Amino acid sequence: MSVMRRRLRIAAAAVLAAGVALGSAGCSKKNDDEGSTGEGGQVKLVLQTFQNFGYDQAIKDFEAAHPNIKVEHQKMGELRDFQPKLVQWLAAGSGAGDVVGLEEGVLLGYVQNPDKFANLLDLGAGEVKANFPEWKWNNALTPDGKKLIGLGTDVGGLAMCYRKDLFQQAGLPTDRDEVSKRMTTWQDYIALGKEFKASGKVKAAWLDSATSLMQPYVMQNSQTFFFDKDNKFIGDTNPVIKQTWDLGLQMARDGLTAKTQRWSADWDGAFKNSAFATLPCPAWMTEGVIAPKSGPANSGKWDIANIPGGGGNWGGSYLAVPAQTKHPKEAYELAKYLTSKEGHLAAFKEAGAMPSDIAGLDDPAFKDKTSEYFSGAPTGKIFGESVKNMKPVFLGAKHQQVWETIFEPQMQAAERGRLSADAAWTKAVDEAKKATS
Amino acid sequence: MSSTVGAVPPSRAASPPPSAPLHRRRSYRLGRWDLKYSPYLYVAPFFVLFGVFGLFPVLYTVYVSLFDYELLSGTKEYAGLENYRLLMQDAQFWNAAYNTLGIFLLSTVPQLIVALMLANLLNRQMKARTLLRMGVVIPNITSVAAVGIIFALIFADRYGLINWLLGTVGFDPIAWRDNRFASWFAIAFMVDWRWTGYNALIYLGAMQAIPKDLYESASLDGASTWRQFWSITVPLIRPTILFTIIISTIGGFQIFTEPLMYGNGLVRGGVDHQFQTLAMYIYEKTFTGNAEYGYGSAMSWLLFMMIIVFALINFVLVRRSVKGDKK
Repeated sequence: MSVMRRRLRIAAAAVLAAGVALGSAGCSKKNDDEGSTGEGGQVKLVLQTFQNFGYDQAIKDFEAAHPNIKVEHQKMGELRDFQPKLVQWLAAGSGAGDVVGLEEGVLLGYVQNPDKFANLLDLGAGEVKANFPEWKWNNALTPDGKKLIGLGTDVGGLAMCYRKDLFQQAGLPTDRDEVSKRMTTWQDYIALGKEFKASGKVKAAWLDSATSLMQPYVMQNSQTFFFDKDNKFIGDTNPVIKQTWDLGLQMARDGLTAKTQRWSADWDGAFKNSAFATLPCPAWMTEGVIAPKSGPANSGKWDIANIPGGGGNWGGSYLAVPAQTKHPKEAYELAKYLTSKEGHLAAFKEAGAMPSDIAGLDDPAFKDKTSEYFSGAPTGKIFGESVKNMKPVFLGAKHQQVWETIFEPQMQAAERGRLSADAAWTKAVDEAKKATS
Repeated sequence: MSSTVGAVPPSRAASPPPSAPLHRRRSYRLGRWDLKYSPYLYVAPFFVLFGVFGLFPVLYTVYVSLFDYELLSGTKEYAGLENYRLLMQDAQFWNAAYNTLGIFLLSTVPQLIVALMLANLLNRQMKARTLLRMGVVIPNITSVAAVGIIFALIFADRYGLINWLLGTVGFDPIAWRDNRFASWFAIAFMVDWRWTGYNALIYLGAMQAIPKDLYESASLDGASTWRQFWSITVPLIRPTILFTIIISTIGGFQIFTEPLMYGNGLVRGGVDHQFQTLAMYIYEKTFTGNAEYGYGSAMSWLLFMMIIVFALINFVLVRRSVKGDKK
């Protein structure tokens, strides 16, 4: 008995040890059937997106039109979870899908290091150039204009959300056309804010934060932002940036801003407490952020006017084809379909994603959209106009990093008085130079 | 199962007759192997797992730290100790180290002292003793993200509970994030809320192993409760105190989630990095921006060394300051 038991024990231990080794080896096996060609010339494509692109129906339609292609849609969760994985897969040369969703800031980062992606111009993307607003197209183009790494999916647009009830208390016009007319430029907008404040009848500030002025103002008044076309940092010499910085901080000194930091608990509280009257808002922010944060109690008190200065955008994504794909042609076909008018409208219907396709923006399915929470404002029309009116601005690979992690926080520090405006500016420029050298 | 390991009666396994048939001899050899090697096989799963998921990543981090390795641009060039040299000059790194150390001291010192007092109280005879003892670990089993969200609201700058309370009694609100010390305090508070009860329970366990007659003879000699606590309880649970200090050092130096949640989920740690910890800076460099794996690895390795050094310093300090029984 004992011999038998002992033998068994040795065998069991050996199996266990081998199992551990195998188990850990098994971890590295992933997606190895990706890109395989099945029987009958069937091609399987993997599409990786984050959050909700709203592509369920669009993929079904694509598969129906291309019976030889099967699409596996991998929804990768939040952007912050997906992005580091994608960076690793691209560096490792395997694991990334045949078509991947890139958020605008991520895409800009890859424009400078485009060799991990297929050139969509080589795959025939030139044919769809006219479908997109020029700026949306240009963002995905390398500075020399020879390589395109993404096709535009949704956009954010930009409008001015405002509190009708607070406007009324301060004796300002409340009708959205009238309001739009009173703030065609940012100077008008600031003057109106001073009038709002001078009425003495409202406790609320005019704007949530001085930083909210920065992105739309610079994009409307300059062809570049923090970088020139050679990706050299020019944030310290681009006069429009300093000008906007001063303008925003002057508003703060005049008591026109609520000095709340975006996405903080205080910002949420400011919505509930009606602490500010206006907020530059992209389309995704209306129903997705403002409505839930302000709560049902404030339904019908918000309205939407045009953004001062004419046009703007905040947010949006792209579809790209990693160079590691085995089926670049089919992958391009999929990306092209999903970013066509049909794909855009299907995504709008499913996830509320605003089209970046010009024909899609003009389609009644999008254009006639109104929002009940925002007093029935014609959101389709307002946001559509803002996207079409926007001029192309060269942003550069590290635009989002320089804005979100350097200039925005330093501007907030200055706004709240933690640093003087000059000290914050010097620090921001120094940090940005270090981060981009 | 474990009780049978190595407990094979020698009389049965050893010394078969020399004329034994072949299969008997083979089983004899197997038996010897069993005795010799199977203990190693039984512990092998742990060491294999540790090697794959523990030791290998640590060593590989050292290797990667010697490269200029950026995932986004795809550069990977041998750089020797260049990353470490740059780190020495990186003001943001030293700022993060300063913050980490500050938050660590501000949280751990009061935490362990309070835990010790709490354990002493719980060690007495009282009603609902088990309930109270279990109650102190409840904070520890709550999700750290939930703790972060709730405390971020309590310590919110404008609409926070504490600033509102301060306002009702006429004080100025505190800039909980912009003021460095206030932010450290709030983060340390969060950490303590979660970990004080846990440490108290560990101390309590150690205290219960102290023989009661020691206290009895001490009180016969006229020692006060306070004197008994410092001269009997603390020295006798010294190994446990050492254990909690080492564990707190390891945990405290890697603090990440609390300051992250406190700063609205941004790894920047405040507008001016005033509460960015080392773990947050490592994350910022490694997983955002250019994905500088080489630089991030160098930092991780340095953090590892710092933890070892501090754990050793604490070990020596505590051994010296708390007099134990001389063995």
